[in-house]
Amino acid sequence: MNLSTIPTVALVGNPNCGKTALFNALTGSRQKVANYAGVTVEKKEGLAELPDGRRLRIVDLPGTYSLRARSPDEAVTRDAVLGRLTGEPAPDVILCVADATNLGLVLRLALELKTTGRPVVFVLNMIDIAERQGIEIDVDALSKALGAPVTATVATRRRGLDTLLEIATAQATGASAPGPDLWHEPSAADVRDAHRAARDLMRTAVRPPSRPDTLTGRLDGVLLHPAAGLVILLGLLFLMFQAVFAWAAPLQDLIEAGFAALGAAATAGLPPGWMQGLVVDGLIAGVGSVLVFLPQILVLFVFILLLEDSGYMARAAFLMDRIMGGAGLHGRAFIPLLSSFACAVPGIMSTRVIDNRRDRLTTILTAPLMTCSARIPVYTLIIGALIPDRKVGGVLSLQGLVMFGLYAAGILSALAVAFVIRKVLWRGGSEPFMMQLPDYKVPDPVNLLRNLGQKAWAFISRAGRIILPLMVLVWALSIWPSAPEGAEGPAIAYSAAGRMGHWLEPVFAPIGFSWEMVVALIPGMAAREVAVAALGAIYAVGGAEGDLAGVLSRQWPLASGLAFLAWYVFAPQCVATLAVVRRETGGWMWPGIMFAYMLTLAYLAAFIVYRVAVAFGLG
Amino acid sequence: MSSDALRAAQESAVRLGDAQPGFRGIIVAVRRPLGSAPGATDPEELELRLLEFGFVEGAQVEVLHEGPIGGDPIAVRVDDMRVALRRSEAMNVILAEASA
Repeated sequence: MNLSTIPTVALVGNPNCGKTALFNALTGSRQKVANYAGVTVEKKEGLAELPDGRRLRIVDLPGTYSLRARSPDEAVTRDAVLGRLTGEPAPDVILCVADATNLGLVLRLALELKTTGRPVVFVLNMIDIAERQGIEIDVDALSKALGAPVTATVATRRRGLDTLLEIATAQATGASAPGPDLWHEPSAADVRDAHRAARDLMRTAVRPPSRPDTLTGRLDGVLLHPAAGLVILLGLLFLMFQAVFAWAAPLQDLIEAGFAALGAAATAGLPPGWMQGLVVDGLIAGVGSVLVFLPQILVLFVFILLLEDSGYMARAAFLMDRIMGGAGLHGRAFIPLLSSFACAVPGIMSTRVIDNRRDRLTTILTAPLMTCSARIPVYTLIIGALIPDRKVGGVLSLQGLVMFGLYAAGILSALAVAFVIRKVLWRGGSEPFMMQLPDYKVPDPVNLLRNLGQKAWAFISRAGRIILPLMVLVWALSIWPSAPEGAEGPAIAYSAAGRMGHWLEPVFAPIGFSWEMVVALIPGMAAREVAVAALGAIYAVGGAEGDLAGVLSRQWPLASGLAFLAWYVFAPQCVATLAVVRRETGGWMWPGIMFAYMLTLAYLAAFIVYRVAVAFGLG
Repeated sequence: MSSDALRAAQESAVRLGDAQPGFRGIIVAVRRPLGSAPGATDPEELELRLLEFGFVEGAQVEVLHEGPIGGDPIAVRVDDMRVALRRSEAMNVILAEASA
């Protein structure tokens, strides 16, 4: 079937009404859904099939309150709906998706959508929650008053999908021919008129809830309490970093033992020679030293996903707004910054919800300072090797405290950098901050597990695609060329990697880096965790006995280890982040600025930490 | 609204930006802010955003919570939606206190 003959259906609605959940249910896709406004910032497409085999092209769009777009993500929705994208006609049908528990604003949007002349179908999503709250919606009256078919769905339970597809297909295939496009940027008077009309619609067709949701109000009484709320937020973040250490340990031991067994089997099974060296020292020691951190990354993601799905994210943004505003960050910067704890790439993409260009650039420039999950292998390796496993005050792990300190250093430096940019270099008025606080929901375990599986797979496949080939290279460079006859010292010192490390050593000597650390930094330019794999390979080739953490604890002075940690708080070592910044800002200037400022801060921070630690006798 | 009621409403007018948690009222006016700092949002733009978020004349508003530092931002219920906004923006929303 020719794609161009398949009718196109666009999903439009307020943020956080379940458009992407509906899109996933209709098309079998697995796009990310969560309980906060602004999860979807791009146009996504998929195919839906009716029971009789007819098909519809479904387009998922970022949520908006109006076609009068203000931010880059909303502009995508406007342009798609109005057919302004190149090579992309206006959709045949618009599905106006509504959160059935919260109809006031979306009815106004529905009236605005109708002025585009495209057939509109009004979808009451999350109808189960509305029913539970005793909201009564007279579908026939609403349909008549709105002049559009109305149907109900529960996207997450796949309820009402066939009926919806049937209605959409009927509309697309000419039940009503598209009218003229009368849309224009609404003025304040237009918005007021539309609100009045929407309110009349509400009065005719919707009976307010007889059993309103009181859980959200009661939870907010605690979670948004000026004192208790902040304590709980800090407590949650603190628990998250403690858990990353404490809960992951048993699984990590298991993976470590698995790789050790694999290494032993490979040593026994392969004839001695370069092949054995490559497999045992390069691949198994290198890739294994990164994959060991999978459990920790999963623990971190469980926390972030629970916060996202429960509806707490918006509350955290509320509590932090004044603190972030003091540093000159936009209120909507919170969610991009918090997502950057997982990875700066989606974090930077989610800055599309910020309308002011300077606010958006400030958020983009500071997002990589948030401690992303790729730093976890670096941090935990060094902390595990050099910081004693002691309890502080009987309950808190010292290693967990250092980890928390590193995260705090990242956050504080992001605030400081934002302050310099926004209050010194780019002074200007602050942008308005208005954000919906969604109802709390119990996170859906299926959604959670699916997301977690995707994250785990992304981490493992990264190890395969990026780390594995780099490890082959690192291994090759660290054995070639071999040491000349009668040479003194380890053979690796004569290899290309060893020579490069020694050659660069003077640059890094002031910050206490040994040549092995310098060598690890080079492949680590591709991605931060590669440094760990490289260290694993370098020390394995160098003939060091035992696991990597044990080797480091014997060979690294504490001051150098701390300087290495400080370096990684700032180091711009992630090609993917620089590439996404180039894409989002449309040129190499901003990634260049980001690279330069982060590298400078990394060197300075490592220098200060190293010198202070040496002064305290930790060298 | 009778002229007496109108006068009473004007006398009890409160700016949302000044309201404390627990305050309930009905929006009587959404103003276009007077002047603004250079680089800040255009006054009409702010009025439109307030309107699009449901801050429109006749809507019922309840102040639910306030932020930990300086009581800013505030969380309010506007008809059936919970919204967070800063007090400075909320100054442009004028309420009449609901008779309890």
